[in-house]
Amino acid sequence: MRFPWFILVAGAMLCTTGQAAELSQGRYLASTCANCHGTDGHSVGSVASLAGQSSESILTKLAEYQDGKRPATIMHQIAKGYTEEQMKLIAEFFAAQK
Amino acid sequence: MTTQNRRNFIKATSAVTGAAITGFPAIAKAMGQNNVVVIGGGYGGATAARYVMRWGGPKFRVSLIERNNEFVSCPLSNLILGGSKTLADITRSYDGLRKELVMTIHDEAVAIDPAAHVVKLAGGRSINYDRLVVSPGVELLWDQVAGMSSREAQAKILHAWKAGPQTVALRKQLEAMPDGGVFAISIPVAPYRCPPGPYERACQVAHYFKQHKPKSKVLILDANDKIVSKAALFEKAFKERFADIIEYRPNSKLMEVDAATNTAKLEFEEVKVDVLNVVPPQRAADIAKNAGLITANQKWCEVNWLSMESKAHNDIHVLGDATLSGPMMPKSGHMANQHGKLAAAAIVNLMNGKEPNPAPVVMNTCYSFVDNANVIHVSSVHQYNKEKKVVEPVQGAGGVSKEASELEGEYAFSWAKNIWTDMLGGS
Repeated sequence: MRFPWFILVAGAMLCTTGQAAELSQGRYLASTCANCHGTDGHSVGSVASLAGQSSESILTKLAEYQDGKRPATIMHQIAKGYTEEQMKLIAEFFAAQK
Repeated sequence: MTTQNRRNFIKATSAVTGAAITGFPAIAKAMGQNNVVVIGGGYGGATAARYVMRWGGPKFRVSLIERNNEFVSCPLSNLILGGSKTLADITRSYDGLRKELVMTIHDEAVAIDPAAHVVKLAGGRSINYDRLVVSPGVELLWDQVAGMSSREAQAKILHAWKAGPQTVALRKQLEAMPDGGVFAISIPVAPYRCPPGPYERACQVAHYFKQHKPKSKVLILDANDKIVSKAALFEKAFKERFADIIEYRPNSKLMEVDAATNTAKLEFEEVKVDVLNVVPPQRAADIAKNAGLITANQKWCEVNWLSMESKAHNDIHVLGDATLSGPMMPKSGHMANQHGKLAAAAIVNLMNGKEPNPAPVVMNTCYSFVDNANVIHVSSVHQYNKEKKVVEPVQGAGGVSKEASELEGEYAFSWAKNIWTDMLGGS
């Protein structure tokens, strides 16, 4: 097989970084959560992963944090910083992650 | 794959050699790639590099210029002074970024030519860019503290405000100090890197003294008129945990240092101590200054908050501590990471012929250890204001801890693991 080498490089990039996913507003907004919840919601620490949780479950929890119904150290403060629409996009993004 | 192909493949993807560097822009062009260069592999730059690759995909070529071979975290570095962590605990490799095909170049960027779109390296090479990310951190302004401009003075009176050898050296000074001695930390007028950092450091040193040198004291000489961050929580920690150890003095601006005698000269008094730690005044790092990126107060770089693009030069994005912070925005590693994603999204959009996101959001969380396990936080969420053209804190959101807790200590360590992976890849 004689592929030009740069095609192989491009192929390797696809394998390594995955398909360049569309940079949606949901993907960007969800990245603001990654510092604590891991890249694309895959936590490597003791704080919960969000990847693969249903969007209903995430939205319910966020609403409970906002209302103060759910015990929290910090999420009750952070949840109040995002709009309803932003939270919906974030929840849908995490729900779509495996 | 033929041998020849394999050889070329390895040349193009492995750690960069001199011959390969000059070839990269040409390779990028031949592949129709967008050539992004990042200066600085800290919380801002590493995040931007990783996220341009993640979001831009194979159409993007990203080179990261970083003078250190490994990443050492400023957050958690005070725990080395407290004795509960070592330098190895807060050091991470750049291998994860290399695996995701970010080209790491371990050299120092010494000059930027914005017109020619070229970065010059200390090693003598030049690198072309289509878009440049400058995330250089802060310069420590020793010339603003009389008595501190000499190499000898700086070797004795440490800052430890860039984590690494200085952190370890300051810990050694504390270990060598006799019980009954005094440690003093001088805090500059805000803004400076890591607003709660000096107060956390005071707690860490006091924690060490409490365990091992109980007759010793910690003196906080603060140039500000009050504690800059998490004031009530730090006051409580000083009073309840370290009442006999920590003394806090506001309005105590450092005018001069006599390094030979460890003496801090304030406006109206002189304080001679056993270990003197000076966090000097700061501005955006020299590389930003020399490139003309500093536009505010001769200290900080103004940016367009939709893209983090410099207000001074096109196609250059400035991140992190070097920027003129938005309202109530701290110079923190967490915030620099968020700047990195905002910039990465804008860079990918702009280079794909799209407009940047018109409604960016950034948020901040800073955890501080008041001993080896109990932690307090401050948080904020910042949304873009179209009229004012800044990201500003959402009223009613964010805040501080109710009290110090071990649960937040666990979250702080979890934060470190996640943010280090988020910026550096791997795990």
